[in-house]
Parts: sequence; structure tokens; C-alpha cells
Amino acid sequence: MIKRFTPLFLSTFAFLLGWDLLTRLSGIPNFILPSPLSVWTRFLKAMNDGSLPHHTAITLTEIVLGLIVGVTFATIVGYMLAKSRSLEKVLSPYLVASQAIPVIAIAPLLVIWLGDGILSKVVICALIVFFPVLVNTIVGVRAVPTALYDLMNSLHASRAQILMKVEVPASLPVFLGGLRIGATLSVIGAIVGELVDAESGLGFLLQLGDFQYDTPMVFVAVFTLIALALMLYGIVRVLENRFLKWQN
Amino acid sequence: MPHTPILTIRNLSAVFPNDNGGLHALENISFKVHPREFVCVLGPSGSGKTTLLRILAGLIPPTSGSFTFGRGEQPSIGMVFQQATLMPWRTVVENIKLPLEVEKMDEAAARKKTNEMIELVGLKGFEDSLPRDLSGGMAQRVAIARALIHDPDLLLLDEPFASLDALTRERMWTELSHIWQARQKTVIMVTHSINESLFLADRVLVLTQRPGKIKMDMPVDLPRPRKDEIRYTSQFGKLAKKLRGAIE
Repeated sequence: MIKRFTPLFLSTFAFLLGWDLLTRLSGIPNFILPSPLSVWTRFLKAMNDGSLPHHTAITLTEIVLGLIVGVTFATIVGYMLAKSRSLEKVLSPYLVASQAIPVIAIAPLLVIWLGDGILSKVVICALIVFFPVLVNTIVGVRAVPTALYDLMNSLHASRAQILMKVEVPASLPVFLGGLRIGATLSVIGAIVGELVDAESGLGFLLQLGDFQYDTPMVFVAVFTLIALALMLYGIVRVLENRFLKWQN
Repeated sequence: MPHTPILTIRNLSAVFPNDNGGLHALENISFKVHPREFVCVLGPSGSGKTTLLRILAGLIPPTSGSFTFGRGEQPSIGMVFQQATLMPWRTVVENIKLPLEVEKMDEAAARKKTNEMIELVGLKGFEDSLPRDLSGGMAQRVAIARALIHDPDLLLLDEPFASLDALTRERMWTELSHIWQARQKTVIMVTHSINESLFLADRVLVLTQRPGKIKMDMPVDLPRPRKDEIRYTSQFGKLAKKLRGAIE
């Protein structure tokens, strides 16, 4: 365990040391590049006055709801497209076109339509999560070996049994790959929404720090976002280790 | 055999659509199978042997003709494919148990039957292995156990030993013959090996080159239980010669 994380500790230490030396020796003012210590102090302050936990909770809520909505829709639509070539022919041009529109470009519209509250962020987040999960669901379900369908049909298995005993487990590796991408993108979705217009959340905090030349606060917000993204990624990895043991 | 046939096939034909008038896989196949009979269908590659089995398993409909089972109801079927067709995410036990799960048998009874079957096919000690850790012969034994566990009315074997090396294949003949004696199933087995069909079957049907027609229907009156040495007797040689002559 210790051995495994030694390189990570060393590189983190080297990064912090380099950063600290840069701020000390270069003479760059603190509001442009704050020192690690001032970011740490700002972090403790934001923890103590409750602002960081509050805004993190808001952003996390948006991300989780966005993931639930995005993944649910993507899985259902993806499964239907995988099973029906004709449906795919009808829908895929729209899906590809919708993917050509950068979500960042329509985020302001969604905020105008849905308000500056949590709803618009959830929708932006869901939209950005939708596509990778959709594509991987389609690829995963299409890759189920036909021999396993033959086997199940020779046993007179029901549609539901084929779904639960063959399609779900067989497509899970590819599906979880999509979820891993989606989970990290969901953080971007929430922040994009919050940067357009918000009263709370880490994006709001980030912008507030920016306006007030409170650059250490901006750094605190960015590092918190990185931590959130790593956490979500880690959760998907745990799921993979749990359900895909048979693979390696 | 004086019993009423368990399976009656009348004028079965199969044509697959293609660019020049359709591919005729089977033409006018008629035969009867009696309970507990072991029938081998022998023929060159492309004689529609596999198509015949897939029709009987209900995986594809015949183009014309019909087949009826004993008392008219849909029989339960155990099928073994050319490849073991195991679910890589399931252990040996879980793979063998699959047909009982499809039948929604309660867990305790299913466990008990599975353990008996593991004993019968000689997989003790490998209960919790994953398919990736099995040799070809062991995987095929799992597939045979899975095909037998739900006590099917009819066992359909599609060149089950084709992917095995010669020595393993011959050992599997003895084992299958053993299992058949213990279980007394009605078996239809497709093969292109004359030795295999003579060693195992009560009766051999020879199919012609595409479109497959029945060219010969030969009883195999070799004594049972058959031991390895039977393959070197003059009677075995005579029957083999007869079959060899029938296959183009």
C-alpha cells in the first residue's frame, strides 16, 4: 500500500515545493499566483466559515442529479437503439447533430429558460453526460455474443431473463467505461452552468473569488473540483473492480 | 424400438435468402426419433447439419415442412454448441445452474442438482473456477453438464468436440457415452467424424452435400457399453467403410 502510493506522494511534494519556490523567487504578486500556504490558509477559512462545504454540497447535488438523469436516459435510449436498427436510422442524425452543438454554447439558453437555480445545472450536466454513456451502451449491447442469445432461446428464456442474465452482465464492461467518462464530464457540466449564472455552488465561489481578486479562493475552488472529479472517477473504478472481477 | 416416436420430422426444407435464388441448406428431410435413442447426423461441411439442429431447437423456422414432438407440446431442450458458449462472468457452478435459474427452480434444489451434475461430468474441485481458467475439454464438459441439468426431453449436440484436440476428443466420447448410459436421454448429435458417430450412436443418418438430403439411415448394432477397443474390431471397420462410402 505504502509502496504503491510513494510515487504519488513524491510527485505531489515536488509539485508543491516547485510551486512554493516559484512564488517566493519570482516576485509574482499573490493575487496572480498565490503561494501554497496562502491557498491552504484560505481553504481553512472557507471550511471554518462554512462557505466551502455549503457550495460544495450544492455542486455535488447538481452533479449527482445530473448523472442520475443523464445516465438513466442514455441507458434506456441506448438500449432501444442497440436493439432496433430502424430506430437508430431515424434518431442517429439528431443525436450526432446534437453532439455537434457544444453544451457550453447552449448553457446560457438553458439558464434563461430554466432559471439560475439548480435545475438548469442539472440539465446541462445531464446533457454532457448523456452522449458517452449512450454510445457505450449501444456498443456494449451490440457486442453481446449471438451464441449466448441462441443458448438462452434454446432454454425458452423470457426477454427479461435474457436482459438480466446476458445483456446486462455482458455489456457492463463497456457501459462502465462510458460511465467513467461521463462521471468526469459531469463536473464540467455543473461548473459550466454555474459560471453562466448562479447564486451558489463552486462555480459561483470561483467567480466570486475572481471578481474580488481573491485568487487563493479561486485555487481552493479549483482544487475542490479536482477532488470531486477524482472521487467520482474512483467510485466508478470501485464499481468496475467489484463487477468486472471476471475480466482480469 | 416399439415406442411411439418422440420426434417426427416431415419434409423439412430450409432455404436462406441470397442473391441467386436462395441457399438451399436442407431439402425434404424426414425421419423419426424414438425415446432414448442416440442419433448421429453425419455429413460433409455445408450439408445443413447445423441448420437442422437449429430448426429443432426452435432458433430458426423451417422454410417448409414440419416437426412434432411426442405428445405435441414444446419439449425442453438441452443444447451443446461447437464452442462451449459459457458466460465468462459466471463460475463453473453458476454456468451449469443457468437452465434451472431460467426455470426459476428454488436455490437449494438447484444447488443440489448442480453438485450432482458436477460429480457426473468430473469437475469436482473446479466449482468456483471461471471459464477463462478452464481447458477446452473442461469447458465443453461444463457445457454438457449445463445441457443436461434441467433433465431435457431432447439433447441436441452440434459438433460438441470439434474444437478439441484428438486425444481429449476421444476421452470425451467415452465420457459422453457414460453420461448417456446414466441419464438415458434422447440425443441428436451432429458430427462429421465417422468414428465419433459409430462410437456413440444407435443410428447414423448420412446427409448429402448441400442441399442436405438423407442419403443413408444406418443402425449401429454394436454392443454397449462400448469401450475404446471397439474401434479396432472388424465390425466397427465394416460399418465405418459403409459410412465412408455413403459420404461423398
